[in-house]
Amino acid sequence: MISNLPTDYWGRIGYLLTHYGQSFLRGAGITIAIALVGTAVGCIIGFLVGIVQTIPVTKKDSWPKRALLWLVRLILNIYVEVFRGTPMMVQAMFIYFGAMQYLHVHMGMWTAAFFILSINTGAYMAETVRGGILSIDVGQTEGAKAIGMTHFQTMLFVVFPQALRNIIPQIGNNLIINIKDSSVLNVIGTVELFYTANQTAGAYYWYFEAMSIAMIVYLVLTFTCSRLLRWWEKKLDGPASYDLATTDTLAYTSGMAKFPVSADEKFVEHSREYDERGDR
Amino acid sequence: MTKGAIADMDDVVLQVSHLSKAFGANVVLRDIDFNVRPGDVTSVIGASGSGKSTLLRCINLLETPTSGQILFHGEDITARHINESAYRAKVGMVFQSFNLFSNMTVLENCIVGQTKVMKRPREDARNNALKYLDRVGMSPYINAKPRQISGGQKQRVAIARALAMEPEILLFDEPTSALDPEMVGEVLEVMRGLAADGMTMIVVTHEMAFARDVSSHVVFMKDGVIWEEGAPAQIFSAPSKDETKEFLSRFMGR
Repeated sequence: MISNLPTDYWGRIGYLLTHYGQSFLRGAGITIAIALVGTAVGCIIGFLVGIVQTIPVTKKDSWPKRALLWLVRLILNIYVEVFRGTPMMVQAMFIYFGAMQYLHVHMGMWTAAFFILSINTGAYMAETVRGGILSIDVGQTEGAKAIGMTHFQTMLFVVFPQALRNIIPQIGNNLIINIKDSSVLNVIGTVELFYTANQTAGAYYWYFEAMSIAMIVYLVLTFTCSRLLRWWEKKLDGPASYDLATTDTLAYTSGMAKFPVSADEKFVEHSREYDERGDR
Repeated sequence: MTKGAIADMDDVVLQVSHLSKAFGANVVLRDIDFNVRPGDVTSVIGASGSGKSTLLRCINLLETPTSGQILFHGEDITARHINESAYRAKVGMVFQSFNLFSNMTVLENCIVGQTKVMKRPREDARNNALKYLDRVGMSPYINAKPRQISGGQKQRVAIARALAMEPEILLFDEPTSALDPEMVGEVLEVMRGLAADGMTMIVVTHEMAFARDVSSHVVFMKDGVIWEEGAPAQIFSAPSKDETKEFLSRFMGR
Protein backbone atom coordinates (compact mmCIF):
# COMPACT_ATOMS: atom_id res chain seq x y z
CA MET A 1 0.00 0.00 0.00
CA ILE A 2 2.43 2.62 1.27
CA SER A 3 4.94 1.83 -1.43
CA ASN A 4 2.30 2.80 -4.03
CA LEU A 5 2.12 6.39 -2.80
CA PRO A 6 4.05 9.00 -4.79
CA THR A 7 7.10 10.52 -3.10
CA ASP A 8 7.72 13.62 -5.25
CA TYR A 9 5.94 16.98 -4.94
CA TRP A 10 4.02 16.93 -8.24
CA GLY A 11 3.15 13.31 -7.84
CA ARG A 12 1.60 13.97 -4.46
CA ILE A 13 -0.27 17.01 -5.76
CA GLY A 14 -1.66 14.86 -8.56
CA TYR A 15 -2.61 12.14 -6.10
CA LEU A 16 -4.41 14.59 -3.81
CA LEU A 17 -6.25 16.18 -6.71
CA THR A 18 -7.46 12.88 -8.14
CA HIS A 19 -8.47 11.40 -4.79
CA TYR A 20 -9.52 14.47 -2.85
CA GLY A 21 -10.38 16.95 -5.61
CA GLN A 22 -14.08 16.60 -4.79
CA SER A 23 -13.45 17.35 -1.12
CA PHE A 24 -11.36 20.40 -1.95
CA LEU A 25 -14.07 21.67 -4.29
CA ARG A 26 -16.74 21.15 -1.66
CA GLY A 27 -14.55 22.95 0.88
CA ALA A 28 -14.02 25.83 -1.53
CA GLY A 29 -17.77 25.96 -2.19
CA ILE A 30 -18.52 26.12 1.53
CA THR A 31 -15.86 28.79 2.04
CA ILE A 32 -17.25 31.02 -0.70
CA ALA A 33 -20.85 30.44 0.44
CA ILE A 34 -20.03 31.39 4.05
CA ALA A 35 -18.00 34.40 2.92
CA LEU A 36 -20.69 35.67 0.54
CA VAL A 37 -23.58 35.25 2.97
CA GLY A 38 -21.51 36.58 5.89
CA THR A 39 -20.47 39.65 3.90
CA ALA A 40 -23.99 40.30 2.56
CA VAL A 41 -25.68 39.96 5.95
CA GLY A 42 -22.81 41.86 7.54
CA CYS A 43 -23.36 44.69 5.06
CA ILE A 44 -27.06 44.80 5.90
CA ILE A 45 -26.24 44.93 9.62
CA GLY A 46 -23.63 47.59 8.89
CA PHE A 47 -26.10 49.67 6.88
CA LEU A 48 -28.75 49.50 9.60
CA VAL A 49 -26.27 50.43 12.32
CA GLY A 50 -24.81 53.14 10.10
CA ILE A 51 -28.28 54.66 9.54
CA VAL A 52 -29.10 54.71 13.24
CA GLN A 53 -25.74 56.28 14.05
CA THR A 54 -26.37 59.13 11.61
CA ILE A 55 -30.00 59.97 12.48
CA PRO A 56 -29.96 63.68 13.26
CA VAL A 57 -31.26 64.69 16.68
CA THR A 58 -32.74 68.16 17.01
CA LYS A 59 -34.05 70.08 19.96
CA LYS A 60 -37.52 69.69 18.47
CA ASP A 61 -37.53 65.95 19.11
CA SER A 62 -39.39 64.76 22.16
CA TRP A 63 -37.34 63.41 25.07
CA PRO A 64 -38.54 59.76 24.82
CA LYS A 65 -37.33 59.67 21.23
CA ARG A 66 -33.99 61.14 22.23
CA ALA A 67 -33.63 58.78 25.19
CA LEU A 68 -34.48 55.75 23.04
CA LEU A 69 -32.03 56.81 20.38
CA TRP A 70 -29.33 57.34 23.01
CA LEU A 71 -29.90 53.84 24.40
CA VAL A 72 -29.94 52.17 20.98
CA ARG A 73 -26.74 53.96 20.02
CA LEU A 74 -25.07 52.91 23.25
CA ILE A 75 -25.92 49.26 22.59
CA LEU A 76 -24.72 49.52 19.00
CA ASN A 77 -21.47 51.14 20.10
CA ILE A 78 -20.85 48.31 22.53
CA TYR A 79 -21.60 45.78 19.78
CA VAL A 80 -19.15 47.42 17.39
CA GLU A 81 -16.39 47.76 19.97
CA VAL A 82 -16.74 44.18 21.27
CA PHE A 83 -16.82 42.47 17.88
CA ARG A 84 -14.10 44.60 16.35
CA GLY A 85 -11.96 44.30 19.44
CA THR A 86 -11.84 40.53 19.89
CA PRO A 87 -10.48 37.80 17.55
CA MET A 88 -13.07 36.01 15.45
CA MET A 89 -11.66 32.64 16.44
CA VAL A 90 -12.31 33.39 20.10
CA GLN A 91 -15.76 34.80 19.30
CA ALA A 92 -16.60 31.63 17.37
CA MET A 93 -15.75 29.33 20.27
CA PHE A 94 -17.28 31.68 22.84
CA ILE A 95 -20.62 31.82 21.03
CA TYR A 96 -20.72 28.24 19.78
CA PHE A 97 -19.85 26.56 23.08
CA GLY A 98 -21.63 29.19 25.19
CA ALA A 99 -24.85 28.57 23.30
CA MET A 100 -24.43 24.82 23.62
CA GLN A 101 -23.57 24.66 27.32
CA TYR A 102 -25.73 27.37 28.82
CA LEU A 103 -28.56 27.98 26.36
CA HIS A 104 -28.74 24.36 25.20
CA VAL A 105 -28.81 25.54 21.61
CA HIS A 106 -26.77 23.37 19.31
CA MET A 107 -26.02 25.45 16.25
CA GLY A 108 -25.44 23.53 13.07
CA MET A 109 -22.28 24.08 11.05
CA TRP A 110 -23.99 26.51 8.67
CA THR A 111 -25.91 28.46 11.28
CA ALA A 112 -22.85 28.97 13.45
CA ALA A 113 -20.66 29.98 10.52
CA PHE A 114 -23.18 32.42 9.04
CA PHE A 115 -24.00 33.90 12.42
CA ILE A 116 -20.44 34.51 13.55
CA LEU A 117 -19.15 35.80 10.24
CA SER A 118 -22.18 38.08 9.79
CA ILE A 119 -22.03 39.82 13.16
CA ASN A 120 -18.27 40.15 12.88
CA THR A 121 -18.49 41.71 9.42
CA GLY A 122 -21.41 43.85 10.59
CA ALA A 123 -19.25 45.42 13.27
CA TYR A 124 -16.64 46.45 10.71
CA MET A 125 -19.19 47.49 8.12
CA ALA A 126 -21.02 49.71 10.61
CA GLU A 127 -18.01 51.99 10.80
CA THR A 128 -17.42 51.77 7.06
CA VAL A 129 -21.02 52.74 6.32
CA ARG A 130 -20.87 55.58 8.82
CA GLY A 131 -17.74 56.82 7.08
CA GLY A 132 -19.43 56.42 3.70
CA ILE A 133 -22.43 58.45 4.80
CA LEU A 134 -20.22 61.17 6.30
CA SER A 135 -18.23 61.36 3.07
CA ILE A 136 -21.28 62.51 1.10
CA ASP A 137 -21.35 66.29 0.75
CA VAL A 138 -23.88 67.92 3.06
CA GLY A 139 -25.23 69.75 0.00
CA GLN A 140 -26.75 66.47 -1.23
CA THR A 141 -28.71 66.15 2.00
CA GLU A 142 -29.77 69.79 1.89
CA GLY A 143 -30.85 69.48 -1.73
CA ALA A 144 -33.00 66.49 -0.83
CA LYS A 145 -34.48 68.18 2.23
CA ALA A 146 -35.23 71.31 0.23
CA ILE A 147 -37.59 69.35 -2.04
CA GLY A 148 -39.35 67.95 0.99
CA MET A 149 -37.72 64.56 1.46
CA THR A 150 -37.78 63.08 4.93
CA HIS A 151 -34.57 61.87 6.57
CA PHE A 152 -35.41 58.31 5.54
CA GLN A 153 -36.11 59.24 1.91
CA THR A 154 -32.97 61.37 1.77
CA MET A 155 -30.93 58.43 3.00
CA LEU A 156 -32.59 55.85 0.77
CA PHE A 157 -32.65 57.71 -2.54
CA VAL A 158 -29.77 60.18 -2.35
CA VAL A 159 -27.13 59.52 0.29
CA PHE A 160 -27.12 55.73 0.29
CA PRO A 161 -26.60 55.05 -3.39
CA GLN A 162 -23.64 57.45 -3.31
CA ALA A 163 -22.27 56.11 -0.03
CA LEU A 164 -22.60 52.56 -1.38
CA ARG A 165 -20.57 53.47 -4.44
CA ASN A 166 -17.86 54.95 -2.22
CA ILE A 167 -17.62 51.96 0.09
CA ILE A 168 -17.61 49.20 -2.53
CA PRO A 169 -13.80 48.93 -2.28
CA GLN A 170 -14.24 48.39 1.45
CA ILE A 171 -17.00 45.82 0.90
CA GLY A 172 -14.58 44.06 -1.44
CA ASN A 173 -11.94 44.14 1.25
CA ASN A 174 -14.36 42.58 3.69
CA LEU A 175 -15.38 39.86 1.26
CA ILE A 176 -11.76 38.93 0.63
CA ILE A 177 -10.94 39.01 4.33
CA ASN A 178 -13.98 36.80 4.97
CA ILE A 179 -12.95 34.26 2.33
CA LYS A 180 -9.63 33.93 4.12
CA ASP A 181 -10.71 34.36 7.71
CA SER A 182 -13.58 31.90 7.49
CA SER A 183 -10.71 29.40 7.88
CA VAL A 184 -10.69 30.10 11.62
CA LEU A 185 -14.18 28.60 11.81
CA ASN A 186 -12.51 25.17 11.60
CA VAL A 187 -12.29 25.45 15.40
CA ILE A 188 -16.05 24.90 15.62
CA GLY A 189 -15.98 22.19 12.99
CA THR A 190 -17.02 24.09 9.88
CA VAL A 191 -15.85 21.96 6.97
CA GLU A 192 -14.53 24.78 4.80
CA LEU A 193 -11.49 24.82 2.56
CA PHE A 194 -8.81 25.02 5.26
CA TYR A 195 -10.48 22.29 7.33
CA THR A 196 -10.56 20.04 4.28
CA ALA A 197 -6.94 20.76 3.41
CA ASN A 198 -5.84 20.20 6.99
CA GLN A 199 -7.67 16.88 7.24
CA THR A 200 -6.20 15.67 3.98
CA ALA A 201 -2.73 16.82 4.95
CA GLY A 202 -3.00 15.04 8.30
CA ALA A 203 -3.97 11.77 6.69
CA TYR A 204 -0.70 11.55 4.72
CA TYR A 205 1.53 14.07 6.53
CA TRP A 206 1.69 15.91 3.21
CA TYR A 207 1.24 19.39 4.69
CA PHE A 208 3.18 21.27 2.07
CA GLU A 209 1.33 19.65 -0.82
CA ALA A 210 -2.16 20.04 0.67
CA MET A 211 -1.51 23.64 1.63
CA SER A 212 -0.15 24.37 -1.86
CA ILE A 213 -3.53 23.39 -3.25
CA ALA A 214 -5.35 25.38 -0.57
CA MET A 215 -3.19 28.46 -1.31
CA ILE A 216 -4.02 28.32 -5.00
CA VAL A 217 -7.72 27.76 -4.44
CA TYR A 218 -7.89 30.68 -1.97
CA LEU A 219 -6.05 32.91 -4.42
CA VAL A 220 -8.39 31.97 -7.27
CA LEU A 221 -11.42 32.74 -5.08
CA THR A 222 -10.15 36.11 -3.85
CA PHE A 223 -8.85 37.22 -7.24
CA THR A 224 -12.14 36.36 -8.95
CA CYS A 225 -14.06 38.30 -6.30
CA SER A 226 -11.87 41.38 -6.57
CA ARG A 227 -12.26 41.44 -10.38
CA LEU A 228 -16.05 41.03 -10.13
CA LEU A 229 -16.24 43.90 -7.65
CA ARG A 230 -14.25 46.16 -9.98
CA TRP A 231 -16.69 45.35 -12.74
CA TRP A 232 -19.62 46.15 -10.46
CA GLU A 233 -18.04 49.50 -9.53
CA LYS A 234 -17.68 50.42 -13.19
CA LYS A 235 -21.25 49.42 -13.85
CA LEU A 236 -22.53 51.63 -11.02
CA ASP A 237 -20.57 54.59 -12.37
CA GLY A 238 -22.62 54.45 -15.54
CA PRO A 239 -21.41 55.41 -19.00
CA ALA A 240 -18.78 58.12 -19.31
CA SER A 241 -20.79 59.76 -22.08
CA TYR A 242 -24.47 60.50 -22.54
CA ASP A 243 -26.89 60.81 -25.43
CA LEU A 244 -28.39 64.16 -26.27
CA ALA A 245 -32.13 63.77 -26.42
CA THR A 246 -32.37 64.50 -30.12
CA THR A 247 -36.08 63.85 -30.43
CA ASP A 248 -36.45 67.18 -28.72
CA THR A 249 -36.87 70.12 -31.04
CA LEU A 250 -34.54 72.20 -28.90
CA ALA A 251 -31.61 69.93 -29.56
CA TYR A 252 -29.22 71.14 -32.20
CA THR A 253 -27.83 67.89 -33.46
CA SER A 254 -29.51 65.51 -35.83
CA GLY A 255 -29.08 61.83 -35.21
CA MET A 256 -27.43 60.49 -32.12
CA ALA A 257 -24.59 62.43 -30.61
CA LYS A 258 -22.27 61.42 -27.82
CA PHE A 259 -20.82 63.85 -25.34
CA PRO A 260 -18.00 63.92 -24.54
CA VAL A 261 -16.71 62.45 -27.78
CA SER A 262 -14.15 60.37 -25.96
CA ALA A 263 -13.25 59.90 -22.36
CA ASP A 264 -10.03 61.91 -22.77
CA GLU A 265 -11.70 64.83 -24.44
CA LYS A 266 -13.06 67.39 -22.06
CA PHE A 267 -16.69 68.37 -22.35
CA VAL A 268 -17.30 71.53 -24.34
CA GLU A 269 -19.24 74.39 -22.81
CA HIS A 270 -22.64 74.98 -24.29
CA SER A 271 -23.43 78.38 -22.96
CA ARG A 272 -22.58 79.96 -26.30
CA GLU A 273 -25.12 77.79 -28.08
CA TYR A 274 -27.61 78.67 -25.44
CA ASP A 275 -27.02 82.37 -25.98
CA GLU A 276 -27.50 81.98 -29.72
CA ARG A 277 -30.88 80.44 -29.18
CA GLY A 278 -32.06 83.86 -28.13
CA ASP A 279 -34.67 84.48 -25.51
CA ARG A 280 -37.33 81.98 -24.94
CA MET B 1 -46.87 79.74 -14.15
CA THR B 2 -50.41 79.75 -12.91
CA LYS B 3 -50.87 80.70 -9.33
CA GLY B 4 -54.39 81.21 -8.10
CA ALA B 5 -53.15 83.16 -5.13
CA ILE B 6 -51.90 86.03 -7.28
CA ALA B 7 -55.42 87.46 -7.42
CA ASP B 8 -55.33 88.32 -3.75
CA MET B 9 -52.40 90.69 -3.41
CA ASP B 10 -53.11 91.52 0.21
CA ASP B 11 -52.65 87.96 1.31
CA VAL B 12 -49.23 87.61 2.91
CA VAL B 13 -47.65 84.23 2.05
CA LEU B 14 -44.68 84.48 4.31
CA GLN B 15 -44.22 86.63 7.36
CA VAL B 16 -40.93 86.69 9.21
CA SER B 17 -41.22 88.30 12.62
CA HIS B 18 -38.59 88.98 15.28
CA LEU B 19 -36.41 86.24 13.81
CA SER B 20 -33.03 85.76 15.49
CA LYS B 21 -30.36 83.18 14.95
CA ALA B 22 -27.22 82.60 16.95
CA PHE B 23 -24.53 80.00 16.47
CA GLY B 24 -23.35 79.71 20.05
CA ALA B 25 -22.32 83.18 21.16
CA ASN B 26 -22.17 84.40 17.56
CA VAL B 27 -25.41 86.23 16.75
CA VAL B 28 -25.97 86.08 13.01
CA LEU B 29 -29.51 87.44 12.73
CA ARG B 30 -31.14 89.99 15.04
CA ASP B 31 -34.84 90.67 15.16
CA ILE B 32 -35.58 90.29 11.46
CA ASP B 33 -39.02 91.36 10.23
CA PHE B 34 -40.35 91.25 6.71
CA ASN B 35 -43.31 90.09 4.65
CA VAL B 36 -43.62 88.38 1.31
CA ARG B 37 -46.76 88.65 -0.79
CA PRO B 38 -47.64 86.43 -3.73
CA GLY B 39 -45.73 87.52 -6.81
CA ASP B 40 -43.16 89.47 -4.84
CA VAL B 41 -39.56 89.24 -5.96
CA THR B 42 -37.57 90.17 -2.87
CA SER B 43 -33.85 90.68 -3.30
CA VAL B 44 -31.71 90.46 -0.20
CA ILE B 45 -28.43 92.31 -0.61
CA GLY B 46 -25.53 93.03 1.69
CA ALA B 47 -21.88 92.21 2.26
CA SER B 48 -20.67 88.67 2.86
CA GLY B 49 -21.27 87.63 6.44
CA SER B 50 -24.22 89.98 6.85
CA GLY B 51 -26.57 87.04 7.49
CA LYS B 52 -28.38 86.94 4.14
CA SER B 53 -27.86 83.25 3.50
CA THR B 54 -28.62 82.32 7.09
CA LEU B 55 -31.91 84.19 6.78
CA LEU B 56 -32.81 82.19 3.69
CA ARG B 57 -31.75 78.93 5.31
CA CYS B 58 -33.89 79.75 8.34
CA ILE B 59 -36.89 80.34 6.09
CA ASN B 60 -36.42 76.86 4.66
CA LEU B 61 -35.69 75.44 8.14
CA LEU B 62 -32.27 74.22 7.09
CA GLU B 63 -31.23 76.24 10.15
CA THR B 64 -33.39 76.27 13.24
CA PRO B 65 -34.13 79.85 14.31
CA THR B 66 -33.06 80.70 17.85
CA SER B 67 -36.14 82.85 18.43
CA GLY B 68 -38.91 84.54 16.54
CA GLN B 69 -41.51 83.27 14.14
CA ILE B 70 -41.84 82.38 10.50
CA LEU B 71 -45.48 82.36 9.44
CA PHE B 72 -46.43 80.54 6.26
CA HIS B 73 -50.03 81.39 5.41
CA GLY B 74 -50.38 82.51 9.01
CA GLU B 75 -49.08 79.28 10.50
CA ASP B 76 -45.88 79.29 12.54
CA ILE B 77 -43.63 76.74 10.88
CA THR B 78 -41.10 76.81 13.70
CA ALA B 79 -43.72 75.25 16.00
CA ARG B 80 -43.00 71.77 17.29
CA HIS B 81 -45.90 69.98 15.60
CA ILE B 82 -45.14 71.26 12.10
CA ASN B 83 -44.08 68.67 9.53
CA GLU B 84 -40.89 70.23 8.18
CA SER B 85 -40.74 68.05 5.08
CA ALA B 86 -44.28 68.90 3.99
CA TYR B 87 -43.49 72.61 4.42
CA ARG B 88 -40.22 72.40 2.51
CA ALA B 89 -41.99 70.72 -0.39
CA LYS B 90 -43.98 73.97 -0.84
CA VAL B 91 -40.95 76.25 -0.56
CA GLY B 92 -38.33 75.55 -3.21
CA MET B 93 -34.68 76.34 -2.78
CA VAL B 94 -31.88 76.89 -5.25
CA PHE B 95 -28.39 76.67 -3.77
CA GLN B 96 -25.15 78.42 -4.56
CA SER B 97 -23.48 75.03 -5.06
CA PHE B 98 -26.41 73.54 -7.07
CA ASN B 99 -26.68 70.42 -4.90
CA LEU B 100 -27.97 68.27 -7.74
CA PHE B 101 -28.11 64.60 -6.80
CA SER B 102 -24.93 63.21 -8.32
CA ASN B 103 -26.26 59.65 -8.47
CA MET B 104 -29.12 60.61 -10.79
CA THR B 105 -29.48 61.91 -14.32
CA VAL B 106 -30.75 65.41 -15.02
CA LEU B 107 -34.24 64.07 -15.66
CA GLU B 108 -34.25 61.84 -12.59
CA ASN B 109 -33.20 64.83 -10.46
CA CYS B 110 -36.40 66.57 -11.51
CA ILE B 111 -38.63 63.49 -11.11
CA VAL B 112 -37.60 62.05 -7.76
CA GLY B 113 -39.17 64.72 -5.57
CA GLN B 114 -42.45 64.50 -7.42
CA THR B 115 -42.75 60.73 -7.18
CA LYS B 116 -41.36 60.23 -3.70
CA VAL B 117 -42.59 63.36 -1.92
CA MET B 118 -45.71 64.36 -3.86
CA LYS B 119 -46.54 60.73 -4.75
CA ARG B 120 -47.28 61.68 -8.35
CA PRO B 121 -47.53 58.86 -10.89
CA ARG B 122 -44.20 58.48 -12.64
CA GLU B 123 -45.54 59.31 -16.09
CA ASP B 124 -47.03 62.62 -14.89
CA ALA B 125 -43.86 63.42 -13.01
CA ARG B 126 -41.78 62.77 -16.10
CA ASN B 127 -43.92 65.00 -18.30
CA ASN B 128 -43.87 67.73 -15.70
CA ALA B 129 -40.10 67.46 -15.31
CA LEU B 130 -39.67 67.67 -19.08
CA LYS B 131 -41.87 70.76 -19.16
CA TYR B 132 -39.68 72.61 -16.67
CA LEU B 133 -36.42 71.33 -18.12
CA ASP B 134 -37.59 72.64 -21.46
CA ARG B 135 -38.38 75.95 -19.84
CA VAL B 136 -34.82 76.34 -18.53
CA GLY B 137 -33.42 75.14 -21.86
CA MET B 138 -32.03 71.88 -20.51
CA SER B 139 -34.28 69.32 -22.17
CA PRO B 140 -31.59 68.02 -24.54
CA TYR B 141 -29.47 67.03 -21.57
CA ILE B 142 -31.95 64.85 -19.69
CA ASN B 143 -29.70 61.79 -19.87
CA ALA B 144 -26.59 63.54 -18.58
CA LYS B 145 -25.28 63.14 -15.05
CA PRO B 146 -24.60 66.36 -13.11
CA ARG B 147 -20.83 65.86 -13.33
CA GLN B 148 -21.07 65.94 -17.13
CA ILE B 149 -22.60 69.40 -17.50
CA SER B 150 -21.36 72.93 -16.85
CA GLY B 151 -22.06 75.07 -13.79
CA GLY B 152 -24.64 77.23 -15.52
CA GLN B 153 -26.40 74.15 -16.83
CA LYS B 154 -26.38 72.59 -13.37
CA GLN B 155 -27.97 75.66 -11.88
CA ARG B 156 -30.67 75.69 -14.55
CA VAL B 157 -31.42 72.04 -13.80
CA ALA B 158 -31.54 72.90 -10.09
CA ILE B 159 -34.12 75.57 -10.88
CA ALA B 160 -36.14 73.09 -12.93
CA ARG B 161 -35.96 70.58 -10.07
CA ALA B 162 -37.33 73.17 -7.66
CA LEU B 163 -40.03 74.28 -10.14
CA ALA B 164 -41.16 70.71 -10.76
CA MET B 165 -42.37 70.61 -7.16
CA GLU B 166 -44.59 73.60 -8.03
CA PRO B 167 -43.59 75.55 -4.94
CA GLU B 168 -45.42 78.61 -3.69
CA ILE B 169 -42.17 80.43 -3.00
CA LEU B 170 -38.76 79.89 -4.54
CA LEU B 171 -35.68 80.79 -2.51
CA PHE B 172 -32.39 81.52 -4.29
CA ASP B 173 -29.21 81.44 -2.21
CA GLU B 174 -26.62 83.32 -4.29
CA PRO B 175 -27.50 81.24 -7.37
CA THR B 176 -24.80 82.76 -9.57
CA SER B 177 -21.94 83.18 -7.09
CA ALA B 178 -20.29 79.87 -7.92
CA LEU B 179 -20.51 80.38 -11.67
CA ASP B 180 -17.97 81.58 -14.19
CA PRO B 181 -18.90 85.08 -15.38
CA GLU B 182 -19.88 83.82 -18.83
CA MET B 183 -22.49 81.51 -17.33
CA VAL B 184 -24.12 84.00 -14.99
CA GLY B 185 -26.25 85.41 -17.79
CA GLU B 186 -28.06 82.20 -18.67
CA VAL B 187 -29.14 81.63 -15.06
CA LEU B 188 -30.26 85.22 -14.52
CA GLU B 189 -32.20 84.99 -17.77
CA VAL B 190 -34.18 82.03 -16.44
CA MET B 191 -34.80 83.88 -13.18
CA ARG B 192 -36.01 86.98 -15.03
CA GLY B 193 -38.49 84.80 -16.88
CA LEU B 194 -39.81 83.35 -13.64
CA ALA B 195 -40.20 86.80 -12.11
CA ALA B 196 -42.07 87.98 -15.19
CA ASP B 197 -44.46 85.06 -14.84
CA GLY B 198 -45.33 86.04 -11.30
CA MET B 199 -43.31 83.50 -9.35
CA THR B 200 -42.87 84.50 -5.72
CA MET B 201 -39.13 84.64 -5.11
CA ILE B 202 -36.67 85.59 -2.42
CA VAL B 203 -33.24 86.07 -3.93
CA VAL B 204 -30.04 86.49 -1.97
CA THR B 205 -27.70 87.96 -4.53
CA HIS B 206 -24.64 90.02 -5.35
CA GLU B 207 -26.06 90.79 -8.79
CA MET B 208 -27.05 94.40 -8.22
CA ALA B 209 -28.40 94.91 -11.73
CA PHE B 210 -30.75 91.96 -11.20
CA ALA B 211 -31.86 93.28 -7.80
CA ARG B 212 -32.49 96.74 -9.27
CA ASP B 213 -34.24 95.70 -12.46
CA VAL B 214 -36.15 92.57 -11.57
CA SER B 215 -37.13 92.69 -7.92
CA SER B 216 -40.20 94.35 -6.53
CA HIS B 217 -38.66 94.78 -3.11
CA VAL B 218 -35.07 95.10 -1.90
CA VAL B 219 -33.80 94.30 1.57
CA PHE B 220 -30.36 95.55 2.61
CA MET B 221 -28.71 93.65 5.46
CA LYS B 222 -25.65 94.46 7.52
CA ASP B 223 -24.38 92.70 10.65
CA GLY B 224 -27.45 90.48 10.90
CA VAL B 225 -29.90 93.37 10.83
CA ILE B 226 -32.18 94.73 8.12
CA TRP B 227 -30.89 98.30 7.76
CA GLU B 228 -33.12 99.40 5.01
CA GLU B 229 -35.79 98.00 2.75
CA GLY B 230 -38.02 99.34 0.05
CA ALA B 231 -38.70 99.56 -3.64
CA PRO B 232 -35.58 99.04 -5.78
CA ALA B 233 -35.82 102.54 -7.22
CA GLN B 234 -35.68 104.04 -3.75
CA ILE B 235 -32.89 101.78 -2.42
CA PHE B 236 -30.69 102.17 -5.47
CA SER B 237 -31.25 105.84 -6.28
CA ALA B 238 -32.04 107.39 -2.92
CA PRO B 239 -30.92 105.19 -0.06
CA SER B 240 -31.70 106.77 3.28
CA LYS B 241 -28.93 105.13 5.32
CA ASP B 242 -25.22 105.88 4.98
CA GLU B 243 -24.42 102.17 5.28
CA THR B 244 -26.61 101.39 2.26
CA LYS B 245 -24.95 104.17 0.26
CA GLU B 246 -21.50 102.95 1.18
CA PHE B 247 -22.34 99.34 0.26
CA LEU B 248 -23.92 100.28 -3.04
CA SER B 249 -21.13 102.64 -4.05
CA ARG B 250 -18.63 99.84 -3.54
CA PHE B 251 -20.71 97.44 -5.63
CA MET B 252 -22.06 99.69 -8.33
CA GLY B 253 -18.82 101.60 -8.80
CA ARG B 254 -17.11 98.61 -10.37
